[in-house]
Amino acid sequence: MKKVLEVDNLSVSFDTFGGEVKAVRDVSFELSKQETLAIVGESGSGKSVTAQSLMRLIEMPPGKFVDGSIKFDGEDLVLKSDKQMEDIRGKEISMIFQDPMTSLNPTMTVGRQISESLIKHQGMTKKEAHNRGIELLKLVGIPNPEARINQYPHQYSGGMRQRGMIAIALACNPKMLIADEPTTALDVTIQAQILDLMRNLKEQTGAAIILITHDLGVVANAADRVAVMYGGKIVETGSADEIFYNARHPYTWGLLGSMPKLEDDNVDLHAIPGSPPDLLDPPKGCPFAARCPYAMKVCEDHMPEYTELSSTQKTACWLLDERAPKVEPPESAIAGGSIVNE
Amino acid sequence: MNEQREKLLEIKDLKKHFSMGRKTVLKAVDGITFDIYKGETFGLVGESGCGKSTAGRTIMRIYEATEGEVDYQGENVHGKKSGKELKAFARSMQMIFQDPYASLNPRMTVKDIIAEGIDTHGLAKSKKQRLKQVNTLLETVGLNQEHGNRYPHEFSGGQRQRIGIARALAVNPDFIVADEAISALDVSIQAQVVNLLKKLQEERGLTYLFIAHDLSMVKHISDRVGVMYLGNMAEVATSRDLYHEPLHPYTQALLSAIPVSDPRKERSRERIIIEGDVPSPINPPSGCRFRTRCPLAMDVCAKVEPEWQEYSNDHWVACHLYNDKYNEEHKARQAVRS
Repeated sequence: MKKVLEVDNLSVSFDTFGGEVKAVRDVSFELSKQETLAIVGESGSGKSVTAQSLMRLIEMPPGKFVDGSIKFDGEDLVLKSDKQMEDIRGKEISMIFQDPMTSLNPTMTVGRQISESLIKHQGMTKKEAHNRGIELLKLVGIPNPEARINQYPHQYSGGMRQRGMIAIALACNPKMLIADEPTTALDVTIQAQILDLMRNLKEQTGAAIILITHDLGVVANAADRVAVMYGGKIVETGSADEIFYNARHPYTWGLLGSMPKLEDDNVDLHAIPGSPPDLLDPPKGCPFAARCPYAMKVCEDHMPEYTELSSTQKTACWLLDERAPKVEPPESAIAGGSIVNE
Repeated sequence: MNEQREKLLEIKDLKKHFSMGRKTVLKAVDGITFDIYKGETFGLVGESGCGKSTAGRTIMRIYEATEGEVDYQGENVHGKKSGKELKAFARSMQMIFQDPYASLNPRMTVKDIIAEGIDTHGLAKSKKQRLKQVNTLLETVGLNQEHGNRYPHEFSGGQRQRIGIARALAVNPDFIVADEAISALDVSIQAQVVNLLKKLQEERGLTYLFIAHDLSMVKHISDRVGVMYLGNMAEVATSRDLYHEPLHPYTQALLSAIPVSDPRKERSRERIIIEGDVPSPINPPSGCRFRTRCPLAMDVCAKVEPEWQEYSNDHWVACHLYNDKYNEEHKARQAVRS
């Protein structure tokens, strides 16, 4: 499969009055055509900063690229000028944001917001762009698109606004779509509609998708591969099945155990004690060591290297070192209970 | 669940309407009836705008009811009360709010925030006793005494929610309304707070009304669950029954829409996707309010409002499919299919 994106050792920091916040540290991943990669993590884990770096949406200063490269279609986005980025944003890479109410322009009709990029990037006339806009609204399932195209965002419901935003993002057939918590602000029944829509669109347009979310249910529904972020680092990455049924990092176990399962009755949730590390002064060793029930002396002082468990799964944890004691994942950390029975 | 259950609250045909200008009325809660038993957790779920928060607030008399009754230990909450009675009543019902950033006064120390109820109700005889109570509360919710001297901005979201819980507990309430109390928190922190709420319930015999839109979390924490749609109650059942035998088509759709954290199940699961959006509560559909999106709607659904009936033991539903007077059309359709 052709690689659309290759991120290598990306580190992004922010200069603040308190010092340098190391939001993303040494992150590497790649993405193929028509593939969905989910980046999961809690607030402050660096997942949104990673996504925004790919679009070069981070204001610099205070932000800065410390190290690494973002190869998109073979070209390094880190080295592009702002002017060059303008030709890529909205055309080659698009983004869908969490809150459609605040990310759509309230003073412009939805139609004009779709046309904007078509006129700029594809040199369409107003008339052509308008017609294409109607097609796009139809594609994302907005009823009566001929009338809706002339309406303002406030005349749309929440689910429709999110569809409108997807239409804007798809306008120029981007090669890559970054969806930052696209369904978090929506109700479950609407969320199901939007997830279905995104899956269908991926098949139709062949775009690669980066899905940023904290909801493991959404990940299980939509992702081919998963990267789990914690404290600015990717601690584990693998195919969806590997992460849900054969995770090897205690943080991934913790995440899976914290989710209530619909079919179990009244089992206690396995909460992860404590709270995430302060990235102003990130821990020297593994960022999860302070909350990890299996932490050893070495975890505090040295960041573990990635252990390759399969061609797709990589985990950064000292437990996988041959000198470490053997630890089996708790039952709560395997989706659908124990798979041994199957 | 034990057999002799004592009713703590009886909500009877409760309505809360808001006037939106001259002739428009927003019927946020439009006639809901259910009981909450002593020592249980009653979960209230529904999508945004279904009236679940308004219901919670009206039950506590933060809003005056438009119609209907809330009986708390046999006494009408919305009845005429002297200031003294009202105060005593307010002490026994407390609330935990959604946004721990907005619901704590940023200019007060945590100690004073927690002690505010103690002061108002005169529950401490001396300063020393007050401090002692606050310190005990801080420890109960998993914070330490030193935290009392800090301000809310110095805490993380999960810690702030713990402060909110300590504040609610300060006046020794019997009944706590938790309105989306964990929605703003990260999953791993949500689990911490839920486990804390459960522990407190066991220790103190508290009764919770747990309002949330996250059905999987509600199912996890609740003994019984009520599902609301557009100001009406669609179904009430034990959380087990609701998950295993949902009756109302809306509950079925809601359950099938939740993505589960299990990729194999997600791939094979058949989903009931309901079309469109929730209609406006200002001008709700006639008859059954869900009929515009209901995959099983019949002709009668547009004409007659479904009755609130106890379909089986402790399993209530408002749907014509379960009323023999009206469900002939549905039965005929099923017969054709089979």
